[in-house]
Amino acid sequence: MPNRKDFTNGLPDPIALREEILKKYPAKIAKKRIKGIVINDPNLEQEIMANVRTIPGIITQRGCTYAGCKGVVLGPTRDIINLVHGPIGCSFYAWLTRRNQTRVPEGGDNYINYCFSTDMQDENIVFGGEAKLKDAVREAFEMFKPKAIGIFSTCPVGLIGDDVHSVARDMKAELGINIFGFSCEGYRGVSQSAGHHIANNGVFKHVVGLNDRERVGKFQVNLLGEYNIGGDAFEIEALFEEAGITLLSTFSGNSTIKSMEYSHTADLNMVMCHRSINYIAEMMEEKYGIPWVKVSFVGAESTCKSLRKIADYFGDAGLKAKVEEIIVREMAKVEAVKSSIKPRVEGKLAMMFVGGSRAHHYQDLFGELGIRTVSAGYEFAHRDDYEGRKVIPTIKIDADTRNIEELSVSKDETHFRPDLVEKKAELVSQGFEFKDYDGMMPEMLKNSLVIDDVNHWETEKLIEFYKPDVFCAGIKEKYVVQKAGVPLKQLHSYDYGGPYTAFDGAINFYVEMERMLATNIWKMIDAPWKNESELVGSMTIEY
Amino acid sequence: MLLKHTTKEVRERTALTVNPAKTCQPVGAMYAALGVHGCLPHSHGSQGCCSYHRSALTRHYKEPVMAATSSFTEGSSVFGGQANLLQAIETIFAVYEPEIIAVHSTCLSETIGDDLGQIVNKARDEGKVPAGRHVIQASTPSYVGSHVTGYANMLEGIVKYFAEKTDEKIRQINLLSGWVEPSDMRELKRILKIMKVKSVLLPDTSDVLDTPMTGKFEMYPKGGTTIPEMVSMGDSMQSLGLGEWATQKAAITLDNQCKVPFDIIDIPVGLKATDRFIQALAKAGRVSIPEKITEERGRLLDVITDMHQYLYGKRVAIYGDPDNIIPMIEFLVDLDMKPVYIVSGTPGKKFEKRMEAILSERVPEAKYKNGPQADMYLMHQWIKENPVDLLIGNTYGKYIARDENIPFVRMGFPIVDRIGHSYFPTIGYMGAMRILEKILSALMDKQDAACLEEKFELVM
Repeated sequence: MPNRKDFTNGLPDPIALREEILKKYPAKIAKKRIKGIVINDPNLEQEIMANVRTIPGIITQRGCTYAGCKGVVLGPTRDIINLVHGPIGCSFYAWLTRRNQTRVPEGGDNYINYCFSTDMQDENIVFGGEAKLKDAVREAFEMFKPKAIGIFSTCPVGLIGDDVHSVARDMKAELGINIFGFSCEGYRGVSQSAGHHIANNGVFKHVVGLNDRERVGKFQVNLLGEYNIGGDAFEIEALFEEAGITLLSTFSGNSTIKSMEYSHTADLNMVMCHRSINYIAEMMEEKYGIPWVKVSFVGAESTCKSLRKIADYFGDAGLKAKVEEIIVREMAKVEAVKSSIKPRVEGKLAMMFVGGSRAHHYQDLFGELGIRTVSAGYEFAHRDDYEGRKVIPTIKIDADTRNIEELSVSKDETHFRPDLVEKKAELVSQGFEFKDYDGMMPEMLKNSLVIDDVNHWETEKLIEFYKPDVFCAGIKEKYVVQKAGVPLKQLHSYDYGGPYTAFDGAINFYVEMERMLATNIWKMIDAPWKNESELVGSMTIEY
Repeated sequence: MLLKHTTKEVRERTALTVNPAKTCQPVGAMYAALGVHGCLPHSHGSQGCCSYHRSALTRHYKEPVMAATSSFTEGSSVFGGQANLLQAIETIFAVYEPEIIAVHSTCLSETIGDDLGQIVNKARDEGKVPAGRHVIQASTPSYVGSHVTGYANMLEGIVKYFAEKTDEKIRQINLLSGWVEPSDMRELKRILKIMKVKSVLLPDTSDVLDTPMTGKFEMYPKGGTTIPEMVSMGDSMQSLGLGEWATQKAAITLDNQCKVPFDIIDIPVGLKATDRFIQALAKAGRVSIPEKITEERGRLLDVITDMHQYLYGKRVAIYGDPDNIIPMIEFLVDLDMKPVYIVSGTPGKKFEKRMEAILSERVPEAKYKNGPQADMYLMHQWIKENPVDLLIGNTYGKYIARDENIPFVRMGFPIVDRIGHSYFPTIGYMGAMRILEKILSALMDKQDAACLEEKFELVM
């Protein structure tokens, strides 16, 4: 059990720690890694190396492109059959392992609890798997009669030349339902991130805009990049409903394919997880003129800010008043819990290495409790998620990024919303910010250590140096960190807790931190006789 | 309903697998390699494979599961993964300092034709493997067999590399363990000690995947079969393989390479399989069976006879891996239960023969299937057609159990929603008692929860 450090007068310069980390690496690796480990200074414009290949042999947190495509973006959508074309493992491991909760209305479809695979065998690898894939699609259609089928490619598929897109086209024509494929082979990119982009492209091409819907509310919005882990989306949905905001579609927590089809009729897109979904937001703006804003419902303060931002966008006095009424009422509840918990956890130290937005958003929640983030980083983010969207034009496009199709999007003359373009221009002139993501680094403390694609060796060293009170990461890191005597909170699965969004979610998180940080169990690890000298008694049994 | 789209009408399928009762080879290779001391498993493929396998094993054990990856990108997939593996070997020895790297392939590296042996040799030639350190390999294409096949292939890779035949025989046996829990491996060692049979257990995940909380992370925990032990396997008197699917390849390799004769028996699950195991141990070790073992057996029989009325005639659906469920099904039949529906995604013709032998007389109505499309969806359809009293299998069964209101006993891999499997064995006579306890508790809990108030019993 590490002794806690006192950082009340600011964080120490971690330069020696960085040196020690790098010292272990062969020179070539050290030269690369140093660019991904930044000693933060919020007053400077610092560059971090991100979205680059992990060095082979390094024990990384990252997964693959398929995981990003199948698991993240379409996994939470309940009424589509997600058929994985490949050997059995890829579909098996993505089977219910992300906690995408969904509420199925009476009579509604829900395939989330099922796992579909073509279970490719060696003869399919040798002779091609397209025929088997077609048969699998037919069988899925006959057995389940779904509204849509998505086909996900795993590593061997691209290599043996199976064309999932032509199979999808043929089957769509034969069966008369929406069927589309994704070239999301695991090796396509450097992390899950490539899969997010591929999924965005596929959903935009094959789903968004398929159906129109009559206006049903005064304020119609989509929520992008919210995956309903632990019921997060339910919290946000309830807030919108009370405020009178009509949520057309969420990409993709608690969602249906149908709702995505008419999502182009929204007045505003809100982006939660910038990394995984900004592509669709950008493309919808180009094609339909729908502007987007960055929001976050992680943390009570962020929730207030985001609600006010939506109300300001619509500029409706009634909506503004309603939002304020909700904020006053909910913040009273939040403050009551916070004031009882904060004194017990204030000043503690947190570290978080996770995802493409959570490592940023959760700093807000910790901040509300007075817990400081001493080190953080993303698993699969890009430079703009660290440094802000302003750096996008300067990001070098490397071979790995060039792999991914850039859709050329043009205006949809029928559905384009010039009124929204005008509205946006007017709001911009008043100082309202769109596409407003400044990234993680400007908000972090001076001397905090920002690390992209943190690996096992670095994790060990970080714990040794900072002796954090809580470490946030995923399942692979969980017990590694806990064995070192530091509690770990999973921010992918929430350790099967949550929700942590919006006001009630913030309260849940405060209570969870109280549980994790105020417990005495970590102090009981050493046996009471640890330091006693060894005795050999006269009553020892001889075997 | 959680599985609301499952209907009882079974449609013949040839291409689609729904809710599989298996996963792919590499995770088995990773698990087997973790049972070797000082060994870091390495996945030669995309990052996702390694990430998925580590996650699956971590969720099952709630323990650190360390492994590295070749981190393939599009370039390596086109030009071959040699550069990635060479770099990985260099990186791993520099940064993580294992004694052994156990490389396994994936569908990706197999499809592009990477030759692990050639690449590993090149690494040696180029001085990337430090003196006294080792790199072993196993070919584990995900599109052949199942996770059990991967386990078998890694076991074979281990003995192929390490086992050495010298001129002097060692008075010990090789115990090749099928895919069982760390708790079971610990129990195997306890039984061997009671039997006074000297042996090398391979692999041995006890003290690797059930380590104590100490406040200090150990990358290479104290457990695992050691290099000297593995080397000595070539001089052993005999090998005993527990589970044909998982251990036969390694046993044959030891025979071919070092002339160590072998016997393959079932994993000692339940009464008869444990009887055979104890007898085989006694024969191999040339010892008589100690009274203590006979007493354990007697206690098991005592519990069975005491509680027989609650077991008799109960219909059971069970799914899992052949090595594990074959002796389990035999045990269920010995308990006078009726294992009526059985699926295993792991292929192998022998499965049907074993089922036929165990079931044809006692449970002629049983339906069983293994290999392609032998999935949990099919089993659920059978259950919908004619219900069962008990479901046995990995955690994924909980969706069926809840929908159909069936008592559920978790056995197999993965178990990700309960603890216990790492710590309490289900092999041997003591393990059989634990299985019985779990079955009885599940059945009786349902009776207590569902029976009419006037039928509610204090004593059972």
